[in-house]
Amino acid sequence: MRGTIPISVEQSRRVFTRWDILAVLLVLGFLVFVGEASRHLLQPLTELQATPLSLSPARLPEYAARTTLRMLVALVLSLVFTFTYATLAAKNKRAELLLVPLLDILQSVPILGFISVTVVFFMALAPGRVLGAEFAAVFAIFTSQAWNMAFSFYQSLRTVPEELLEASRVFRLSRWMQFWRVEVPFAMPQLIWNMMVSMSGSWFFVVASEAISVGNTTVTLPGIGSYIAQAIALRDLSAVFWAIVAMLVVILLYDQLLFRPLVAWADRFRFEQQAGVVPPQSWVLDMLRRSGIVAAAVTPLGRLWRRSFQLSQFEPTQRASLKQFGGRWGYRIWAACVAAFVAYVAWRVVTFISGNISLAEFGDALLLGLATLTRVVVLIALATIIWLPLGIIIGMRPRLAQRVQPIAQFLAAFPANVLFPVAVSAIVALKLDPNVWLSPLMILGTQWYILFNVVAGAASIPSEMRDVSTNLQVRGWLWWRRVAIPAVFPYYVTGAITASGGSWNASIVAEVANWGSTKLKAYGLGAYIAQATDAGDFPRIVLGVAVMSLYVVVINRIFWRPLYRYAERKFRLE
Amino acid sequence: MSAALLEIRSCCQAFPKADGEDLLVLDDINLTMKEGEIIGLLGRSGSGKSTLLRLIAGLAHPVRGSVVYQGHTVTGPAPGISMVFQSSALFPWLTVLENVELGLEALGLPEAEIRKRALAGIDLIGLDGYESAYPRELSGGMRQRVGFARALVVHPNILLMDEPFSALDVLTAETLRTDFLDLWNDGRLPIKGVVLVTHNIEEAVLMCDRILVFSRNPGHIAEEIRVDLPHPRSRMDPTFGDLVERSYVALTARSAPTRGTDRIAFSGIDLVLPRVSANTLAGLIEAVAGAPYNGRADLPVIASTRQMEVDDLFPVAEGLQLLRFADIEGGDIQLTEIGKQFAEAGVDDRKRLFQKQLFAHVPLAAHIRRVLQERISHEAPKRRFIDELEDHMTEEAAESTLRAVVAWARFAEAFAYDDRSETFSLDNPS
Repeated sequence: MRGTIPISVEQSRRVFTRWDILAVLLVLGFLVFVGEASRHLLQPLTELQATPLSLSPARLPEYAARTTLRMLVALVLSLVFTFTYATLAAKNKRAELLLVPLLDILQSVPILGFISVTVVFFMALAPGRVLGAEFAAVFAIFTSQAWNMAFSFYQSLRTVPEELLEASRVFRLSRWMQFWRVEVPFAMPQLIWNMMVSMSGSWFFVVASEAISVGNTTVTLPGIGSYIAQAIALRDLSAVFWAIVAMLVVILLYDQLLFRPLVAWADRFRFEQQAGVVPPQSWVLDMLRRSGIVAAAVTPLGRLWRRSFQLSQFEPTQRASLKQFGGRWGYRIWAACVAAFVAYVAWRVVTFISGNISLAEFGDALLLGLATLTRVVVLIALATIIWLPLGIIIGMRPRLAQRVQPIAQFLAAFPANVLFPVAVSAIVALKLDPNVWLSPLMILGTQWYILFNVVAGAASIPSEMRDVSTNLQVRGWLWWRRVAIPAVFPYYVTGAITASGGSWNASIVAEVANWGSTKLKAYGLGAYIAQATDAGDFPRIVLGVAVMSLYVVVINRIFWRPLYRYAERKFRLE
Repeated sequence: MSAALLEIRSCCQAFPKADGEDLLVLDDINLTMKEGEIIGLLGRSGSGKSTLLRLIAGLAHPVRGSVVYQGHTVTGPAPGISMVFQSSALFPWLTVLENVELGLEALGLPEAEIRKRALAGIDLIGLDGYESAYPRELSGGMRQRVGFARALVVHPNILLMDEPFSALDVLTAETLRTDFLDLWNDGRLPIKGVVLVTHNIEEAVLMCDRILVFSRNPGHIAEEIRVDLPHPRSRMDPTFGDLVERSYVALTARSAPTRGTDRIAFSGIDLVLPRVSANTLAGLIEAVAGAPYNGRADLPVIASTRQMEVDDLFPVAEGLQLLRFADIEGGDIQLTEIGKQFAEAGVDDRKRLFQKQLFAHVPLAAHIRRVLQERISHEAPKRRFIDELEDHMTEEAAESTLRAVVAWARFAEAFAYDDRSETFSLDNPS
């Protein structure tokens, strides 16, 4: 018997248990943490700039807390964005026409692009206060989390089994109730997985989002990211080390206190009705479930929640159809409006850039993009050669796979910046070409997506298929070619898509590396954007970002998407 | 006492085809349902019986005609009409109790009432002790019981059932059917009428007061069969057997493509082919050819000895008829001369015979061969034929028909198809 009896079913006869003590401590701890970390928000900005960041490890817990809180707030915002934006896109045909391509583009815009363009706006929201800068930082983190979450939710909404929707309509569930009782639960496992990926992504940009520097606007918000930035600027190796330790602790805490309970809790939302798989466990979730106090606090909330289902009425309308447009002509007119709007935006961007930049420089930017593209391709190929076989070998050994998976996920969250000291020192000492040797930093964080997807794929090869190949004595190269690689191929493609997108994003951080006053720069679009950001040169930032988005979108369309479809059709084991 | 509970007035339903025209799936359906009736909708897949059930449930709207329930036209899911789904359609993230409570919550009842009715429903349907289990922990039969409890607790007037027993094994299905009939006959169910969709003839005769036999192209009610047997009904009862036989005759008489010159002349490549493997066809030929049938067999008998249901058996019989290996008349299947030769032949001769029949009687196969012969490369993309088919049938049917012809052509070594490049070609890999 698992501890999954709904609280409302059991009569609560429990007395105060040890689980209660733990739960109360945890909740109080959380409140104190939020209070501490948000106390400074209304401080004037000048005070922040007057007190420089301290590199003393003793201050690290406080910095870590603030970074953590920022990420948490951004995650909540991303969820709100996901629930509204993706729902609108999935439910309204008209909105879908605009929102889905827009999301596709937003996803390909480098995260640093968002920061440089919006920082001034956010600072102006709360002039002279830390709050404005915090807005900017949280927004930056938000942009590294929201898109893939929204995409996953949109996909889930569109794949809710027809029968469940019919059942919810036959029983006259209101829209509001259907959303929370049918659609959100169905989307939950995918969404949580994407939240974890998002979290990794935002760690990667923690330095950029806390130590904001766009032209004359320089803000350093206290946090792990700015701590790392400071340590690099001052060439303080021990500080870098302590920062890594702090990050490790925070990532572990996130895993134990947030994601593991979420995954264990969301296990019941899995749609496949299979028995025999060991369900994920979490001590935090067990504790919350067993605590009588938590139950007492949650029950009335649950009741209130169910009350809200009755406030909205059932509407016997049909699902989204062409009729929503007011017929074929309504559809055409709406499509024309969207096209006109897009053309207008494109024209504004072009005039903004062309007023300041010559056509030749546009060509240069394309060439720079080609250089970065070459790096991405070569690096993904290298990562494939290394991690595809290793991932298969690991995945075939379940116990090893269980140990490797969390490590790979941690490494994916590891920001490349902390390795700059090593990289820059090595390149300078050995007189290496930064054009080649800075490149590996790009894939430092993203290669792990390939690894853990392949591991997951290899672990899910049916044992019958393995037995057959053993029985037929399929070995060596033949085994790899005919059995292992085809079996993990769809998983590999999923991982490689994530890795490739991440590498483009990382190029902005990785093509320019600093260690104190030593500055290395590679020829590439990432470096171009990074430099333009430093200089506050907006036309060039926009140009760089636009070209990079263009590359990412085009490559997704002509390479990754067809490959993904092919892999799904050909090799999916179902 | 027998007031009309539900009235269906000249309902038509159609879906758009690829070429923009509408494909008629239900044609002029009229039905009046009285209180206390169990009505069975019996038919092959594609005869529109499930479509009709969805119209009654308010999940779809007829293009013409109307469904009238309690004096009002049904425009969406109506209170008082609930449904049991084929795959039970339980929400995997809700416990048994929560699943049963869901419809009551949507009604906006007070919490105490919800709990009371849900527990009563669980008790009635025999689910005591399973309240806190999740659907994935239950067997198929128990899951379907939850589906029944969920549909009953909202106290509907009409219960719609969409093949509720077809996903279960024979024994479980029988238990559940009997339990349901016992409750119904004892008047312990809060419902006034039942509409049951099924393709199982015995099930229909066992449960229903009236059986409406559906026919295809377009779907319509071909025959109405009254069942006046008292409950509990016995399969051993000779009248029961007669009714089963009558239903078989009704199903076969109109559903198989009508033979005759007008039909053949018309049916070019637009014939929707059944997805039946050549091996299954051969299997049925051998069964009919062998003792004790010796070339002619009663379909119900064949079905019961081979443990096949209508939906399994009929496409096979139809395939044999299409290829002229057999004739179907009045619930009987009779092998033709070619069919008898096929039964006697060895592997290579079978392939030769099959190829001959395929090109002679399946216009699509002949058409594909002609196109391949005319092209210099002797190759043609799949898309070319799909487009052509979609002018005559739905996208789905086109895909399915092409797959069927590929499967038959492979057996007959008539032409080759490469799924990776999606091309047809004349040469077989040797």
